[in-house]
Amino acid sequence: MKKELNEVTKSLIATFLGLLAGALLMLSIGSNPIEGFTYLLKGGTMSIERIGNTLSTATTLILTGLSVAFAFRTGLFNIGVSGQMLIGGLCATIVGLTLDFPRPILLFIMLIVAIIGGAIWGIIPGLLKAKFNVHEVVATIMMNWIALWVVYYTVQAFLIDVQETQSADLPAVAQLKVPWITELFQGSSLNLGLVVALLAVIFIKIILDKTTLGFELKAVGFNRDAALCNGIKVSRNIILSMMIAGGLAGLAGLTFYTGFAENMQIGILPAQGFDGIAVALLGISTPYGVLIAAIFFGILHTGKGFMSAMTDIPPQIANTIIAIIIYFTATSLLIQRLWVKILRKKKSKKNAKGGVD
Amino acid sequence: MKDNFVVEMLNIRKEFPGVVANDNITIQLKQGEILALLGENGAGKSTLMSILFGLFHLDQGIIKVKGKEVKITDPNIANKLGIGMVHQHFQLVHNFTVTENIILGIEGSIVLKIKDASKIIKDLSLKYGLDINPNDKIEDISVGMQQRVEILKMLYRDADVLIFDEPTAVLTPQEIHELMKIMKNLTSEGKSIVLITHKLREIKEVADRCTVIRRGKVIGTVDVKDTSEAKMAEMMVGRVVTFKVDKQDAKPGKVILKIDKLSALNNQKTLGLKEFSLEVRAGEIVGLAGVDGNGQTELVEALTGLRKIESGKIFINGKNLTKSSIRERNETGIAHIPEDRHKHGLVLEFSLGDNMILKEYYHPPYSKYGFLQFDQIKKHADDVISQFDVRSGRGNASKAATLSGGNQQKAIVGREISSNPDLLIAVQPTRGLDVGAIEYIHKRLIEQRDSGKAVLLISLELDEILDLSDKIAVINHGELIDLVNANETNENEVGLMMAGIKRGEGQ
Repeated sequence: MKKELNEVTKSLIATFLGLLAGALLMLSIGSNPIEGFTYLLKGGTMSIERIGNTLSTATTLILTGLSVAFAFRTGLFNIGVSGQMLIGGLCATIVGLTLDFPRPILLFIMLIVAIIGGAIWGIIPGLLKAKFNVHEVVATIMMNWIALWVVYYTVQAFLIDVQETQSADLPAVAQLKVPWITELFQGSSLNLGLVVALLAVIFIKIILDKTTLGFELKAVGFNRDAALCNGIKVSRNIILSMMIAGGLAGLAGLTFYTGFAENMQIGILPAQGFDGIAVALLGISTPYGVLIAAIFFGILHTGKGFMSAMTDIPPQIANTIIAIIIYFTATSLLIQRLWVKILRKKKSKKNAKGGVD
Repeated sequence: MKDNFVVEMLNIRKEFPGVVANDNITIQLKQGEILALLGENGAGKSTLMSILFGLFHLDQGIIKVKGKEVKITDPNIANKLGIGMVHQHFQLVHNFTVTENIILGIEGSIVLKIKDASKIIKDLSLKYGLDINPNDKIEDISVGMQQRVEILKMLYRDADVLIFDEPTAVLTPQEIHELMKIMKNLTSEGKSIVLITHKLREIKEVADRCTVIRRGKVIGTVDVKDTSEAKMAEMMVGRVVTFKVDKQDAKPGKVILKIDKLSALNNQKTLGLKEFSLEVRAGEIVGLAGVDGNGQTELVEALTGLRKIESGKIFINGKNLTKSSIRERNETGIAHIPEDRHKHGLVLEFSLGDNMILKEYYHPPYSKYGFLQFDQIKKHADDVISQFDVRSGRGNASKAATLSGGNQQKAIVGREISSNPDLLIAVQPTRGLDVGAIEYIHKRLIEQRDSGKAVLLISLELDEILDLSDKIAVINHGELIDLVNANETNENEVGLMMAGIKRGEGQ
C-alpha cells in the first residue's frame, strides 16, 4: 500500500477536482457539463488556427510559469512576474520603436534587453531579501506597482503615437510574428515567442538537473540551513535565482507585448504574471510540467469564448475552473490528508470485519 | 501481598503506515513504584506513553487505571485520571513566574488567586523536597529547576502517576542525582512513576522494575536489583554489548586547531562565548563537556563560520581563519558533523548521492565546466556507502529522508571523514542513535584520531566524553573552566566543573 501520493498524481487530482467543480457550476445554471466541456475543448483545438491561438496563449504562460517555478525551486515565491514582464516588454518595445537594424539583429537585441529588464526587476527584491531579509513576496508586489507606473509614464512621455492609452504599434520587423507561421496557422497569433519559450524550457531543465548552479539553487531551496552549513553561499543564490526568474519573466513580456500584441497598453498589470503561479503549481515546478500545464491553461483560455458562444455557459466558468485548480494544487497537502483518511477508513473497515472493537 | 496496579496497559497494539510501533505490549505499574521503560530509539516507548497520555489512539488493547477500564482519547482525560507527563522539552512560558506557569490553563475563576496558588505550590515543594520559589521567573532559574516546575505542574493537578520522558538529557550529573532523590521522595509519598530512558545507570540507581521493549515488543520485565546492567543492555539490543571503547594511548602531534580568546554573541545578543582558548593537536580527541546551552553552539558556529566572531582568533595549521568563509574553512581542512542532522547535515529531499557531495559538488571530479559528473558522484556515494555501512533501500539513489536516523548519521560521518579533514568537529555525533550505531561511530572517531587527525568532540553525554576523549575541556557560561587529561579525572569532578566549580574549589 502506498502511503504517499506522488506529485504528478496530486496535480492530476487537483485538475480533476477543478473540472468537477466546473461541471457542478454548469449544472447549477442549468447547462449540460458534457456539452460545455466539449465546446471548451473544441474551442481550443478544433482548427489549426485555434491550436495556434492556444499555443500562442500558452507561450507567455510557459515563461511566466517557468519564472515562478524556478524561483520556487530556490525556496522563493516570485509574485513579481507581472512587473518583470512589464519592464521586459517595455525595454523590448523601446528598442523596437527606436532602433533601425536588420530584423534578426533587431529581434536579438530586443530579446536581450527584455531579459536584462526583467532580470533587473528580479534582482532588486533578491538583493533586499539577501541583504536585509525583506520578504520577497512583499518586495515583488511593490515592484509590480512601480513597474506599472514606470510603464505608464514612459509610454505616455515617449512612446505615444495616436492613442493616449497605449504605445505606438511596433513596426512589423520588430514583431515576433512572422508570415510563414501566421500563414501556417491560418492567421493565428502564434509567433516566434513559442520557440523562445521552448528553448527556455530546455535551458532551465538543463540548469536545474545537470549543473552545479542548479544543484546549489535546489539545495538552498530544500534546506537553506544545510546549504549554508556546507559552505554554499545562500545570499548569492537567492539573488541569482531571482535574477534568472526575472529574466524569464522579461522574456514572457517580450512574447506578450511584441508577439501576442503589438503595443503596450498602460495601466494594466498583465494577468499572465499571476497565472504563472497557477501554471508552476500545477506543473509541480518542473520545466516539462510547466510546459504541459501552460498548454492546458492555453486551451481553457482559448476555448472559453467558443464555449460561451455555443452554450449559455458564461466564459467566467473557465476562469473559475482555473481558480479552483489553483486552489486544489495549492492545498495539495489537503488532498494528501484526504487520501490517508480514505485509506485508513478502508483499513478500519477491514479490521472491523475481524471482530475487534 | 496482592499486587496493586495503578495503571495497566494490556496487549496494546498500535500501527503506523508500514510499521507496527507497539505489538501486543503489556506493562503494569504498581502503586508506589518506579517502573523503568527501557528501549532503544524507535523501540516504541514514546508511542506507548503517548497512548497512555491520550495523544495517540490505540488500535487494539485495554488500558486500566486503578483496575477500571478507561478510554483515554485526549490528554485532558489523562489529567483527570491523575496521569501526568513531564515532557522532554519543557512547556513553560519564560517570562512568567513559576506560579503563573503552574496554574496556566487551570486558572479557574476570572479573578486569579495567585497568592493561594503560590501557597499550595510552596507546600508541595517542601513536601517533596523540590526547593522551588513560586515567585521566581522561569527565565531566571536553571534547567534543572525548570524541570522541577514541570513536576510541580503535575503535582498541582493531583497527578498520582507521573511519566518522565528521558528526564536527564538536559541535566548535569549532580542535577541528575538530585532528580533521582526527588523521584524517590515522590514514590515514598505514594506516587507512581514511569521512567522512560535508555540510560542503564539511572535505572539501576532509581527504578524498582524495568520493562524492556525492543522493536515494538516486550522482551521482558525484570526486578532491577537482581539484574545487571549488562543483562539489561543485552535485552535492549538483542546481543552482547561492549561498553568500553577500546583505544590505545594518544600520540599527540603538532597543534592543528588553535582557538585564541574567542568571543561570540549568542542569539540573545549577549556574550555566549567569552575569551575561549583551546588547542587541539593531531592524533588526539579533545572532548568539550558542558550542560546544554553553555556556549557550545556558539563555539561550534564560530569555528565553522556560521556565527560572527566578536573578538579573538582561530588558526588551523597556523593559518588564520578568523575571517574566512565557511567554504574556505572547509577547504582548509575543517569537517563538521553538525548537531542537528536534519537541519544542518542533510538535504532530506536530495538523494544520498547528492548529499555525499554537498560540500564538494563544485570541484573536479564531481564538476566539469559547471556540469555535474553523475558517474563520479555515484561512484563516490557508493564508496562512502560501503565504507561506512550506510544502509538504504535504493543505494545512492535513495532519498536521504527515507533512511533511518542511524544511517543518516553514518552517511554524514562518512561524508565528513572521507573528505580527509585535518580537524573533525563532531557535535553530538551519536544523539538519538541506537547502541549499535553509537559503537560504530565511536570506533570511527577513534580511527580518525589514530590516523593522526585532530578531533574536537562536543557532547552532552558525559559518558561519551569520558569514553572517547584524551583531554576534556569543560565549558560553563561560555567560559573555559578547565582542561584536564581524561585519565586523570572522573565523572564527579567533571560534573562539578560543568556546574562552574573549578578543581580544588568548594570541596
